[in-house]
Amino acid sequence: MTLTTDRVAGGALVLLSLVVLWESRRLPLGSLRNPGPAYMPVVLAVVLLGFGALLVALAGKAPALSSVGWTEWRHAVAIFVVCAFAALALERLGFRATIALSLAFLLRGVERKGSVFTAVLAIAFAVATFFLFDTLLRVPLPRGPFGL
Amino acid sequence: MAETLHNLALGFSIALSPVILLYAVVGCVVGTLVGVLPGVGPLAGISLLLPATFGLDATRAIVMLAGIYYGAMYGGSTTSILMRIPGEAASVMTCIDGYAMARKGRAGAALAIAAVGSYVAGTVSVIGLMLLAPPLASFALRFGPPEYFALLVLGLLVLAYMSSGSMLKALAMAALGLLLGMIGIDQMTGYFRFAYGVVELGDGIGVVPVAVGLFGLAEILATAGLPAPPRVIKPKLRELLPTRREWRESAWPIGRGTVLGFLIGIVPGSAHIISSFVSYAVERKLSKRPEEFGQGAVAGVAGPESANNSATSGAFVPMLALGVPSGPIPAVMLAAMMVHGVSPGPLLIKQQPELFWGFIASMYVGNVVLLVLNLPLVGVFVNILRVPYPILYPSILAFCILGVYAVNGSVVDVWIMLLMGALGYLLRKLDFETAPIVLGVVLAPMIEMALRQSLAMSDGQYSIFLGRPISATLLGVGLLLLLLGLRPLVTRGLDWRARLALAEKGEEHP
Repeated sequence: MTLTTDRVAGGALVLLSLVVLWESRRLPLGSLRNPGPAYMPVVLAVVLLGFGALLVALAGKAPALSSVGWTEWRHAVAIFVVCAFAALALERLGFRATIALSLAFLLRGVERKGSVFTAVLAIAFAVATFFLFDTLLRVPLPRGPFGL
Repeated sequence: MAETLHNLALGFSIALSPVILLYAVVGCVVGTLVGVLPGVGPLAGISLLLPATFGLDATRAIVMLAGIYYGAMYGGSTTSILMRIPGEAASVMTCIDGYAMARKGRAGAALAIAAVGSYVAGTVSVIGLMLLAPPLASFALRFGPPEYFALLVLGLLVLAYMSSGSMLKALAMAALGLLLGMIGIDQMTGYFRFAYGVVELGDGIGVVPVAVGLFGLAEILATAGLPAPPRVIKPKLRELLPTRREWRESAWPIGRGTVLGFLIGIVPGSAHIISSFVSYAVERKLSKRPEEFGQGAVAGVAGPESANNSATSGAFVPMLALGVPSGPIPAVMLAAMMVHGVSPGPLLIKQQPELFWGFIASMYVGNVVLLVLNLPLVGVFVNILRVPYPILYPSILAFCILGVYAVNGSVVDVWIMLLMGALGYLLRKLDFETAPIVLGVVLAPMIEMALRQSLAMSDGQYSIFLGRPISATLLGVGLLLLLLGLRPLVTRGLDWRARLALAEKGEEHP
């Protein structure tokens, strides 16, 4: 059996719906006439299970998983890591430091831009966006140690 | 009619006040910039810029967001014509003949025709919106929970039917979106669902992190590592005037695209994408020289561009009149309105006429602003595309983080964006559409509430949905669409959605 894109996606949806069904045990299901908080999630999980199973069953003509190009995966992982760093650091280091460090990592570490160019762009961007949104537009953004 | 004109005068008195005018201009310019940026379409653009409107009152904020929406739609056509990169999905069809015109040295003419077509379509469709929304809102006062439930289910089914590619996949994505929308406190019993102790999830998953993750971040993840973008064709200002023949050939396609786009826009679904595809197909069918399509036919730019702009206004009809978003972009606009304390729906027009009519009038003004500003400034906007992508995408990423965080001041939203970005990236690779997920997230609480209220009304009898004429009709239409959509599974033939999917992947002749 060839591993096609639809087969993989369908399998993942089936798995997800089973997890939802399992997790819904903690909530009252109610009845058909008087649905409880678990009712809709269970109905939707069953529907998703059906769609997932259909996708697996009808996946014969879908492209093989091996035909999907992943050439950009290094960049994707780096961007993913930067976003995770930003989520962790935003309220600890403050907006300006977090954004400046994130940009510096992407520009210098991933895109191999010059150090001076990277430093100037990263700091200028972080300071300018903070000024625009926090100071001018009054959208509160987090400040880090020493009010930075 | 006299009442409509009186109300419109009230709207213009608001829209033409210097401050509101300024916000309309700023919205249009910023929207165009956002539309020009590859990967940041109107959906992610509105989501990202929502926090920038927090300090404004509701009218100014909504006028600015509508300007961003219009501007982004227009900006998308610029990249389509000059680079063959659709700034947003609705511009896919413009790429084909717009870029072919640009290669023949008619980039300026293509941009001018796209701008004029967009202006005409935008203006005429606002008249349609103005005339249609108030009576529809009056009609919607007859809607109870069963009718709303049926309408919301129909909306999801139409979106799935209208999506390119497999309807089965679209339905699966809608179900996934609805499931994600179940996270948070159950409105009727107060139970926490799937929150796992994260207090911020009590209000559910926000539409902004979902939209920015699935559309903005996923695009960056998928494109950042690709080779350098293609060459940008820069038009000269004196080339902007189309020839007499080009004007003549674009007049009817603009008219047809406008009507077609508005009608398709009212129907729930990714209206602006579908409308541009249908318009392109119609123009090729009606053309005396169909062989020119794909080689730089003016009608291939004029029709789809008019249609997708007209559909933009059409999509506001159900949103303003019924409070029901007809696609992911109106869903984000709805969320934006609610942030500003405005609840679109049947009562909006009566209770806040200055806001509704001010919004309508500002759409007229916005169309003029786009026409006046964007053609002379096209060179400026194009220069943004000259910034190398390795420098551009980190900046877009920073805006994504900023925009998502600022909506609620919560890092949980940044995590949600991150997860949605990864999900969107994988779904793209596996050839799934992600728009139904966004709509599902927004509609889930509404559908659940309408279902449970309906059952409470009928003492648990499901026959209430079939016993009331409006809900029975809406559900009947939904069932019909479901059967039509699943037909290719039986016949194994290529229906129009499969052909649209091929066109979006770069096949030049849908």
